[in-house]
Amino acid sequence: MALKGWKDIPIGGVIDEPGKAREYKTGTWRVLRPVLHEDKCIHCMFCWLYCPDLAIVQEQGKMKGFDFDYCKGCGLCANVCPAKAIEMKPETEFLK
Amino acid sequence: MEKVYEKKALTGAEAVAYAMKQINPDVVAAYPITPQTPIVEYFAKFVADGEVDTEMIPVESEHSAMSAVVGAAAAGARAMTATSANGLALMHEIVYIAASTRLPIVMPVVNRALSAPINIHCDHSDAMAERDSGWIQFYVENNQEAYDLTILAVKLAEHEDVRLPVMVNLDGFIISHGVEPVELYPDDLVKGFVGEPKPLYPLLDTEHPVTYGPLDLYDYYFEHKRQQIEAMDNVKKIFPKVAEEFERTFGKKYDFVEQYKLDDADYVMVALGSTNSTIKYVVDWLREEGFKVGLLKVWMFRPFPKEQIQSILVGRKGVIVLDRSASFGAEPPLYEAIKSALYEAAVRPALGSYIYGLGGRDIKAEEIRKAFEDAINGNLIVDEQRFLGLRE
Amino acid sequence: MPVNLMQLAKEFDKKDPGITQGHRLCPGCGAPIIAKFVLMVAKHLGYEPVVGLATGCLEVSTTIYPYTAWSIPYIHNAFENVAATISGVETAYKALKKRGRIPDKKYAFIAFAGDGGTYDIGIQSLSGAIERGHKFVYVLYDNEGYMNTGNQRSGSTPPGAYTTTAPVGKLLPGKAQLKKNIVEIVAGHENVYAATLSLSEPMDFFNKVEKALKFDGPAFLAVLSPCVRFWRISDDKAVEISKLAVETKYWPLYEYERGVYRVTRKPRSFKPIEEFLKAQGRFRALLARPDAKDIVDELQKYVDARWERLLVLEEATKDKPIR
Repeated sequence: MALKGWKDIPIGGVIDEPGKAREYKTGTWRVLRPVLHEDKCIHCMFCWLYCPDLAIVQEQGKMKGFDFDYCKGCGLCANVCPAKAIEMKPETEFLK
Repeated sequence: MEKVYEKKALTGAEAVAYAMKQINPDVVAAYPITPQTPIVEYFAKFVADGEVDTEMIPVESEHSAMSAVVGAAAAGARAMTATSANGLALMHEIVYIAASTRLPIVMPVVNRALSAPINIHCDHSDAMAERDSGWIQFYVENNQEAYDLTILAVKLAEHEDVRLPVMVNLDGFIISHGVEPVELYPDDLVKGFVGEPKPLYPLLDTEHPVTYGPLDLYDYYFEHKRQQIEAMDNVKKIFPKVAEEFERTFGKKYDFVEQYKLDDADYVMVALGSTNSTIKYVVDWLREEGFKVGLLKVWMFRPFPKEQIQSILVGRKGVIVLDRSASFGAEPPLYEAIKSALYEAAVRPALGSYIYGLGGRDIKAEEIRKAFEDAINGNLIVDEQRFLGLRE
Repeated sequence: MPVNLMQLAKEFDKKDPGITQGHRLCPGCGAPIIAKFVLMVAKHLGYEPVVGLATGCLEVSTTIYPYTAWSIPYIHNAFENVAATISGVETAYKALKKRGRIPDKKYAFIAFAGDGGTYDIGIQSLSGAIERGHKFVYVLYDNEGYMNTGNQRSGSTPPGAYTTTAPVGKLLPGKAQLKKNIVEIVAGHENVYAATLSLSEPMDFFNKVEKALKFDGPAFLAVLSPCVRFWRISDDKAVEISKLAVETKYWPLYEYERGVYRVTRKPRSFKPIEEFLKAQGRFRALLARPDAKDIVDELQKYVDARWERLLVLEEATKDKPIR
């Protein structure tokens, strides 16, 4: 993102674009990637609840998967899953 | 015909509190400290009697006073506080934050010496320590000016091309506790002059959420500071307009500086605050004896009105600068500023620096006269630090 | 009706709780989870949160200019003054509402701060705001040290934990002083709601957030916030360690409401404190000392006594609010 000059930014250090952090894809930090075993998932929503990066995708209480733009691979989802339906695998396995 | 309103005998503190009453800010958060305390006490009484509907926060320290006022102003409220000396020093961190966040806070400061040793009397060390903070700074000569400039400050601070906080400095005890007649304007005139605040980026607007106080890395801090510099420059353009509107509304004329008998003055004294009244007396005294002397009273210290001062002082024979604070290890602040302003003057006047009045040490007419005589007798030494009223 | 997980999941599958993705907190950090929980409950109950945040991990990592991970109104002022700042915001709301200058909304004024900005440098501002009775919720995310600047000791650091300013060395066993009991300090202000919360007990967490939001005065929520970096645990352990903290009596879950104590989780059996210590690398140097057993025994006696005291307080203050 190109750096702006002093005339082009709001005064007072104020940021007037709420949620602009979404432009920063923290998924690039990942060294471990969560993999969902859908057959084991009981849709308890614990992984969604605990993800520090809001990187669990669910629809109306049904687990769908992960948002890899933001998932940092911390493994909390796998740790809290009561059904052991999430497995953390090295990110290198997924590099193209 | 110039309209004159009813005058009342008031202390400077009461006059400032009365101005605050008429401004009727949304929020006041203040912590008492001598000699500012009466301002808070009068205002608290106005609140208790329902004469204002300001929400007053009895904060537990000056640091919290400025913090709460920053929070309130960011939320979109017109917020004020007041302090002195070590109270101002305690809120120093947040004083800078208030200016950098561009919040139009108005704060009367009752000037008192900074510790140590602890001293409750007047000098300018407290406000001088904040001269780099980014606040607009006025120094007033008397109770009327304290009242007037508190009102004017609100309009200046909130101007959309300024948006900077304003400190109105009044000498501790001399102005704050001394009784003088003050012409008080009708409530509706003051209310009309200050108008309704129009906050920029109010926190309480949940439709347009904003983030205040982010972390700047080295890629943006400089640009944010450049914006502050621009705002200070804008003050020099905006203040005359605000002063003009003040004159039309209330009949009083304010400017960056006041020129007293300067037209043909060879020797000019420059000072801040209440001592200017005594200097005017000495100017009259010397004029009666045929000496061509005058006074350049500085009202606005920040931004420093360099251009006005240059045009007024250039070509004079001698300029005597009185400072009521020291900058240890360097020349005192007003002197340094005046000297630097005269750097490129085609004809530079002789310059002399006098520190006086620290810790409330009284300054006598005879002492001021002596400083003028030094100038008249060609006895000013630009690099020599002199003192008035000090026991050797 | 108590908040339930499925309700929240269905409400927030697409809805933004107020803190967004793209923040730069460490993988597995407890702080953003805590913020997320609090904001979800607030929004679920119909509040519009306005957040104040003290300088620290959460603040710095969510607001690196020009990015912000906050989609709700947010103010950071300085390190020690979030309570004073929020006092100003809350008072401005009262003033502006009274004068009809803003539409009346159901705001929730929430101050977040770490233990740095709460126990030590921030304690004056916190105390003043509580004493004045402002209606706000103060959420302490307690990671037991000044973690944002690299693990310096705070008044919240437990004895024996390794920090850079109280390291475990050949002579000294790390921080010698006990951890301040911040909830008791807040409870000392009497006219307040104060509680301990744990990420491992979400229902208890949500209930207490709801109570805090609805309390007609200042509310204080202390949440243990495991720090993966400086507690030296793996990235996925925040909830596990929180659970261990509750099970070893290290972090008993209780609440104080205007004089009444209630212990909200009473595990049927407890684990020894040593298990909590062994699970974290920050205690490794302590546990390797020759006098480690004595230190651990003393710590066990301490948490046991503290737990007993809480039960006694609960009994003694049952149905006897002071106001």
